[in-house]
Amino acid sequence: MNAGEENQRRFGAPADAMVFARGVRKSFGPLEVLKGIDLVVPTGSVACIIGPSGSGKSTFLRCINHLEQISGGVLLVDGEFVGYDLRDGKLYEVKNSLLCKRRADIGMVFQSFNLFSHMTVMQNLIEAPTRVRGVPVQEARARAEALLARVGLSEKVNSYPRELSGGQQQRVAIARALAMNPKVLLFDEPTSALDPELVGEVLQVMRDLADSGMTMVVVTHEIGFAREVGDALIFMDQGVIVEQGLPRDMIADPQSPRTREFLSRVL
Amino acid sequence: MSVVEPTEAGGRMPDGAVEQLVVVPRRHYGIWIGTALALLVAVAIIRALATNPAFDWNVAFGYLFHPSIMRGLGNTLLLTVVIMACAIVIGTVIAIMRVSPSTVLQSFASAYVWFFRGVPALIQLIFWFNLSLLFRTVSLSLPVVGMIFSVKTNDVMTPFVAAVVALSLCEAGYLAEIIRAGIKSVPHGQSEAAGALGMSYRHVLWRIILPQAMRFIVPPTGNEAISLLKMTSLVTFIAVDDLFYTAQSIYARTFETIPLLIVVAFWYLFVVTVMSFGQHFIERYYGRSDRREDNLIDRLLRNTGLLRHPGAGA
Repeated sequence: MNAGEENQRRFGAPADAMVFARGVRKSFGPLEVLKGIDLVVPTGSVACIIGPSGSGKSTFLRCINHLEQISGGVLLVDGEFVGYDLRDGKLYEVKNSLLCKRRADIGMVFQSFNLFSHMTVMQNLIEAPTRVRGVPVQEARARAEALLARVGLSEKVNSYPRELSGGQQQRVAIARALAMNPKVLLFDEPTSALDPELVGEVLQVMRDLADSGMTMVVVTHEIGFAREVGDALIFMDQGVIVEQGLPRDMIADPQSPRTREFLSRVL
Repeated sequence: MSVVEPTEAGGRMPDGAVEQLVVVPRRHYGIWIGTALALLVAVAIIRALATNPAFDWNVAFGYLFHPSIMRGLGNTLLLTVVIMACAIVIGTVIAIMRVSPSTVLQSFASAYVWFFRGVPALIQLIFWFNLSLLFRTVSLSLPVVGMIFSVKTNDVMTPFVAAVVALSLCEAGYLAEIIRAGIKSVPHGQSEAAGALGMSYRHVLWRIILPQAMRFIVPPTGNEAISLLKMTSLVTFIAVDDLFYTAQSIYARTFETIPLLIVVAFWYLFVVTVMSFGQHFIERYYGRSDRREDNLIDRLLRNTGLLRHPGAGA
């Protein structure tokens, strides 16, 4: 039994859990933004997190790849603590090289794309594979070209991010995350910064990804996408998960009055 | 109040006349007057330069490529290059310390900038030149091994070394601030995205942050290089034979003060012009992802055939 499976057994995570959260807490000074989050995202499934702004959903997403450190609880990705190692009942912060190695397996797509603006699309895609994973340049380029074809941007390979529309930039950002062959892909409001007519192309790429079996955690305001693609819908408010369930059922018949109120405002 | 309906009889303009309406540009009287004044001043200056015999243009031309002047120019260029190189290295280290998470490193860097930017360069220069008044010898000894080396301060701190040390440390104070501002100008999302891809702090700094910061760093650094070139004339005070010092030592003998100052001014202007062109190309390189309308120098170069159109080739 490896360390990952042992962790999963110890904390009661299902064997197929890609992301497992139990009692996750996060405080910024005196302000507690996550007040005990319990969540299981099985491998190959798509979890959509919705909620009003300030509900802690983006913070939770950023905790998954340790962009934010959690203040308490257990958060495992594929059975491992991203920023810690468990030894003798204590959580030791891991050294940077190990943190980088684990983060490399967790892809992230940001609301504001965050493409490296001094690099071409191709350079954006091969930077991390070649320099973090040590993939040979030729191999990385071939893979990058295949990924660009997949997101429909083969002709933009030598463009700079500034020359692309928002939708194109976000598709490149998704390809950049995929170039690392991540175990799980985190989306932080991927369409919120886009003009309405560009949202569709990004959602289409995400839909294709979900169909291909990628494990995805998506913070979004696109209820339609959540209903159609999501395997689970999670409604967060004021640092707690108020309700979670099958998207179709939850949207049609929300159990909690807070969920009902939120959905009535966004639908 | 009634609206006047234009009628055929009451002056509705025929279509032909509408097409031939003439636009009369506004008259810019202020600009005309300014232009006339500027031309007047230019003529007066040229006339003074050309007719006043005290300028001794022939004497100036005679000294333009004088061996001493050439040696002085060489030393000035050498000083500028060596000092700038040292200052960039020190400045980068100080800037990285200033943005580091450690409060101690931050404070050390702040103190550095505060001191070396605050004390006049000339005073720092003379201070380093007189270091032997403080420390007779420079030595390194380790507890167990004993003395590694020991030298007299005066043997090490030659005028040239004093100039390099003093002006490098001083210049680094300015560059550290420029580089820090450049680093701060890169949006936080860039380092977050890089971190999320598994890049280490050093990788993010050198491959993601600094190259983007360069666009903000290069223009003021070019200014610094130009001002440093001129600042090196301070080394005259500690008898380093730079361009100004050699000219001074000539006119101290011959009393041809004005012609030699003209020679010195010519060479400083010449080097500054070359540096401006160099700076332009470095800016183009780091701004390649952000190409906008091209500017005066680009058009100038393209017209003279020195530069291909950005879109053409490659």
